[in-house]
Amino acid sequence: MLSVILIPVLPLLGFAVQAFFGRRLPRGGDFVPLGCIGIAFLLSLRIFIEALTAYSADWKMLFGPFVWLDLESHQISVGLLVDNITAVMLMVVTVVSFLVHLYSTSYMHGDEKYSRFFGFLGIFSFSMLGLVIVDNFLLLYVFWELVGLSSYLLIGFWFERDAPANASKKAFLTNRVGDLGFFVGIMILFWKVGAFDFQSVYDGIAAGKVSGWLLTAAGLCLFCGAIGKSAQFPLHVWLPDAMEGPTPVSALIHAATMVAAGVYMVTRMFPILTPDAMVVIAYIGAITALLGSTIAVAQYDIKRVLAYSTISQLGYMIMGLGVGAYVAGFFHLVTHAAFKACLFLGSGSVIHAMHDAYHGDHDVDEQDMRNMGGLRKQMPVTFATFLLATVALAGVPLTSGFLSKDAILAGALGFGGFAHPQHFLIPLFGFAAAFLTAYYMFRLVFVTFYGEPADERVSHAHESPRAMTIPLVVLASLSLWFFYSLNPVGQGWFYDLVKEPPQVALMDAQVSLPATTPNTEAAMMTAGGSHDDPAHRAHYPAMALSILLAAGGIFLAYKRYYNNQKAMMAHEAKLLETSWLFRALHNKWYFDEMYSASFIRGTMALRSALSWFDTWIIDGIVNLSAYFARALAWIQGLADRKIVDGLVNLVADSIIEAGGQLRRVQTGRIQTYVILLLAGMIVLMIARMVV
Amino acid sequence: MDQWILTLLTFVPVIGAAVILCVPGEQKNTIRWLALLTTGICMVLAVWLFNAYDRANPAMQFVVQVPWIPSFNIEYHIGLDGLSVSMVLLTALITLLCIPASWSIEKGVKGYFALLLLLQTGMQGVFVSLDFFLFYVFWEIMLLPMYFLIGIWGGPRKEYAAIKFFLYTLAGSVLLLLAMLAMYFNTTDPATGENTFNMLVMMDQANHSEWLRAGTIFGRSAPLMLWMAMFIGFAIKVPLFPFHTWLPDAHVEAPTAISVILAGVLLKMGTYGILRFNYQMLPDASQYFSTLLAVIGVVNIVYGAFCALAQTDLKRLVAYSSISHMGYVILGMSAFTVHGINGAVFQMFNHGTITAMLFLLVGVIYDRAHHRYIVFPNDYHEPELRGQLGFGGLWTHMPIYGSLTMIAYFAALGLPGLSGFISEALCFLGAFPVHRTLTIIGTLGVLLGAGYMLWAFQRLFMGSFNERNKDLPEINSREIATIVPLAVVVIVLGIYPAPVLDLIAASLSDLSHTLSAHSGMAANAF
Repeated sequence: MLSVILIPVLPLLGFAVQAFFGRRLPRGGDFVPLGCIGIAFLLSLRIFIEALTAYSADWKMLFGPFVWLDLESHQISVGLLVDNITAVMLMVVTVVSFLVHLYSTSYMHGDEKYSRFFGFLGIFSFSMLGLVIVDNFLLLYVFWELVGLSSYLLIGFWFERDAPANASKKAFLTNRVGDLGFFVGIMILFWKVGAFDFQSVYDGIAAGKVSGWLLTAAGLCLFCGAIGKSAQFPLHVWLPDAMEGPTPVSALIHAATMVAAGVYMVTRMFPILTPDAMVVIAYIGAITALLGSTIAVAQYDIKRVLAYSTISQLGYMIMGLGVGAYVAGFFHLVTHAAFKACLFLGSGSVIHAMHDAYHGDHDVDEQDMRNMGGLRKQMPVTFATFLLATVALAGVPLTSGFLSKDAILAGALGFGGFAHPQHFLIPLFGFAAAFLTAYYMFRLVFVTFYGEPADERVSHAHESPRAMTIPLVVLASLSLWFFYSLNPVGQGWFYDLVKEPPQVALMDAQVSLPATTPNTEAAMMTAGGSHDDPAHRAHYPAMALSILLAAGGIFLAYKRYYNNQKAMMAHEAKLLETSWLFRALHNKWYFDEMYSASFIRGTMALRSALSWFDTWIIDGIVNLSAYFARALAWIQGLADRKIVDGLVNLVADSIIEAGGQLRRVQTGRIQTYVILLLAGMIVLMIARMVV
Repeated sequence: MDQWILTLLTFVPVIGAAVILCVPGEQKNTIRWLALLTTGICMVLAVWLFNAYDRANPAMQFVVQVPWIPSFNIEYHIGLDGLSVSMVLLTALITLLCIPASWSIEKGVKGYFALLLLLQTGMQGVFVSLDFFLFYVFWEIMLLPMYFLIGIWGGPRKEYAAIKFFLYTLAGSVLLLLAMLAMYFNTTDPATGENTFNMLVMMDQANHSEWLRAGTIFGRSAPLMLWMAMFIGFAIKVPLFPFHTWLPDAHVEAPTAISVILAGVLLKMGTYGILRFNYQMLPDASQYFSTLLAVIGVVNIVYGAFCALAQTDLKRLVAYSSISHMGYVILGMSAFTVHGINGAVFQMFNHGTITAMLFLLVGVIYDRAHHRYIVFPNDYHEPELRGQLGFGGLWTHMPIYGSLTMIAYFAALGLPGLSGFISEALCFLGAFPVHRTLTIIGTLGVLLGAGYMLWAFQRLFMGSFNERNKDLPEINSREIATIVPLAVVVIVLGIYPAPVLDLIAASLSDLSHTLSAHSGMAANAF
């Protein structure tokens, strides 16, 4: 228990040390996070060995449940789950993370925020390792967002420039769009099942607590999270921009581990997916696989090619899970992590060398492969490892990539080719992407490493230091087949340890869907025991086809780019002007433009409109009523002064007036009084006589 | 001590204020330290309360009940349950941090701190009162210092903002006063057989008159009208759309510490009032208005977030984010579920700490740059600056300030691992089973929240450094001392929320069950 918890906590400790003391320690304190992740690796290795020793698909350790939120009458509990999938994920994350830490000590050397970089790597490792050991959707969401945070921090590491700052914000927001769906999915499950942990959710669904369209909706909502995190169509747009981060980060987060979190999540929710949801997932994956590989064909930035390649490969994994090739999809996650990390670190090595060769000349784009060329002589280790990883990515036999990719394609072919011909597009996209992958990767290799240097300065490029090449060698060797299966065309230990879980959604789907719908059949084919049949039938055709396509792609790239890089680049520059298709590919099918014209502009228009409404209408009414009250008060005041007070004053004035008149009587002269007295007496006497 | 704790918490500040009034105005530091001492004592009392509070007991604790104006059965009746204890602690904490945050005030120091302490008395009194009349008195007491604190120590348009705040709240108070009298004349204390202001008696519907159960005013149902009167009174305070426009103005003009109190504590009185009065005294009517509450909550969330996205003044942005975040509280409480109500009250607490951080951080930059424009507006008095970024690239120049801001902004956008996430998640989880579509719309606030927060962060701290700000000094230790305690609370509660949830859960679960018991009746009642 403690050793499991320590795995994520150690890197967090590394972050804390870096945050408070990093700059004061020698070497920027880089040995602290390196040591932390190293120990985490050893602890993970122990768990992995334990899993291998047990050698059972059912092996698992559960810790908990522990009450996290105690609401008196309701509790929300969480726990940890370590099974074979977790053990494998722990190995993938700690190995790549350790190597990237090691690599960064050289790559980031001299950066003024050196220790901050290692601190952020610590946050990432913590979140990613936490993500794979939790046993429930709620904590999965928590760590899911935390890896998003570390991704934000690391993409925007060089925040002084606008491009990384924009890219980091874009990555976080795009992911949040997917996460909204994820959270809605969690809410649906919690509403119906009343729990978050995987097992209770499976059990609850098996008991029929969620069913029919609502279960499909729940599955697809959860999957939205994976669409964001694993850069699936239509939320893939953030990943290429994320390449603004330092290259080790691209390797660790945006190729090997974090972006695979979506795939990991789908493996965890696999049992609850309905057939309808699976078909949608398969299509999303297939579209993404094809989309990414088409765009990669027309890119020049070495990291962007790899980024679109990553999108495409993630699409493969998702497609594999969608067509029910559960093990193959997850297997590809593992193999891809090694060779794609190798490719990114290799590209980093190239960029590093280019930076030195061009002495930081700001007019030259160090990442543009048109400025490279002929690097295989100057950088033999980088070249060799890069080539091996490329071969693996292209799916050439004797590599790990062949094993996993072939299995996915077999699954796709079995599903869309044999079992459900109406879904033929899925394998079609998959195979097309396989061809394109081989093509664009060898285009990259030929333009970067073969031919003549694009500039005299490039010929002085030199190999990167040991701390950078060792990780390359390790990762490249992990792209060989025998780590995964001694038989280069067969299934190794991986297939013994990771087994497709029983589909709990199925029992229910069979009831709720009419028996005649193709989906029910699809469900039975993909998830039931009978699933092996079409996949088996597809196995050898798929293998033959994929080898053929990979060879074709490599050959085409060889024909076009091996000898005449310069001429081809000039040709492509002309294509950019003449061919709308090439232009569209180069501009990533204009997704960014479409999104900024619709969603971003819409949001901006709405915020302006609402803000105007708030200031002029809502607050306007408030101010208007205030003015109205003041006007009324003014009128009242006027009335008060003129009429009410006027009457009062009138009375007073009349009295004063009367008094003033009467005052004249009071003259003070005795004669006047005597006269008045006499006059009064006369009046009284006359009156007396008259009456 | 049990008998005295709440009285002390409420009246120690006013004693401190009285002492301060006796100190000559020139001795500014003496006054400041006295204020710090007073609020410090309150904080110690609050910590004592935190330990002594019986978490398993959902009923009122530390109750004191003595006659005050016997001819009207008005009593000095105070006590607290899970709902109020969290607010009392929040008030003590926020006020304590506001004293160092006001250290740089030089004008009328004596009056400022005396009023601030008087304000604290008003706030604590509101949260502990169990007598409607007493509550109303404290509610009004609080208004007065706030008016002067904004009107005298505020920014350029302080008079406008102060009057707007005062009149708006007073308008709400009038409705509250009417509701109070209606409640008084229609509640009979079974012990004495007379009308009473005792809130606990009012909470038992058996003590309500026939009119209060089924009567009419102007041809409409009396309980619904009464509910509405109280609701509007409280809604102005929250503030809920469309009664919210006083808030941005008040915030923009108020000095930093007053903004902190305003957003950190005062807004919570609105939601506290709804939970205490509307929910507990008129549960049937509350059930009736459940959907209305959810709609208003969602409008607050989304509308507030969109408006925040449009702001160029950092303080206005934070003010609108408050409006958005208080929407979560309303949405959470609208469903009457255990998760929703606990989430709502926890969100009240968390918003108090998070938004306090946000305003303190705005204050730091405002003290240095004397403006707080993310982008200079089109009517800025220096024409060449119009449309330019006010800051930019500050993170390199002020790394500690930037990192603290980042924690606060991520807390505000609901990042898991920080306290705001748990309360927002509970609000959503609680509201979803009852108001499904509305809750899904409400989750948009999480996306928009990330949008305005990250966009602001980028424009302030990222990008190339704006040389105009090269003389701004890094955040100083006094300012760090005001912000770090809040950051610690936010982080700790984000990982381990039990310290607050344990306090509130027993009472709130009770409340939720009481309300749910009325759900069947509500359908037929009106």
